[in-house]
Amino acid sequence: MIYRRFFGFPSWESRNPFAELERMKRQMDRLMEGFTGPYQRPDAGVFPLINLTESAESFFIRAELPGVVAADLDIQATSNTVGISGERKIPAENKDARWHRREREAGKFSRIIAMPSEINPDQVDASLNNGILTVVVHKAEAAKPRQISVR
Amino acid sequence: MTDSKEIKVREKQELTSPAEQTTPGVVFTPQVDIFETDKEITLLADIPGVKSEKLNIDLRDNILTITGDVEPGEASGEEDVLIEYETGRFYRQFTLSEVIDQNKIDAKLGDGVLRLTLPKVEKAAPRRIAIKAA
Repeated sequence: MIYRRFFGFPSWESRNPFAELERMKRQMDRLMEGFTGPYQRPDAGVFPLINLTESAESFFIRAELPGVVAADLDIQATSNTVGISGERKIPAENKDARWHRREREAGKFSRIIAMPSEINPDQVDASLNNGILTVVVHKAEAAKPRQISVR
Repeated sequence: MTDSKEIKVREKQELTSPAEQTTPGVVFTPQVDIFETDKEITLLADIPGVKSEKLNIDLRDNILTITGDVEPGEASGEEDVLIEYETGRFYRQFTLSEVIDQNKIDAKLGDGVLRLTLPKVEKAAPRRIAIKAA
């Protein structure tokens, strides 16, 4: 209870005891940020790495996908997840080419991102620009913040 | 190259010991493929987010320098929820052992991949020098 009073969570979303631990961890991370600058969160370990940001109306998912064409990308949305899958193809080069370096990788990828709140799966907009994928997902009406006027 | 293996996550490689930068920000090393044929050297580099006007390719004294600046794609009203990768400048240098024909260098940028073609200088054709009788 003391925790609740300190950090001011008005309600528990679930009664899962691990959820509480998870929250505590996040709070610690935030505290650490104050001391050591931006805290580096470990990534999910699934390609592609994403950056998720939000505005009042929508979520923005960005991923670096150089060399991937739109036709090889598949994006699917449900009410609380967005799936990004596809294939990166590297076309074969001249047969008598002698290779010095080969660092770029080709292959398939698939990732599902759990959204922090409910979304509207009918309003998803994806664009691919200079090798960066941007998916704009509109929040569901119920998840949008509402201005409440104080009387 | 249509193998169906899965791509593994590789964190962007941050440049650790650059010559000191004059502009603040992170610098990354792009992943490259380099191959050579009899006529030319081709370099492919992954530089997602670099626009062609922000890409700088420089070749002097056999040192090829690729610099690309990335503008953050986020609008000002957005708040971070989960940040797994950072954006910054791409920078990489190569020393070329072959003599390159500077006038015929060709660079193409598409879908975040740079394709740089560096044609080798054609070997000077042996010239026959006729000797005239005095």
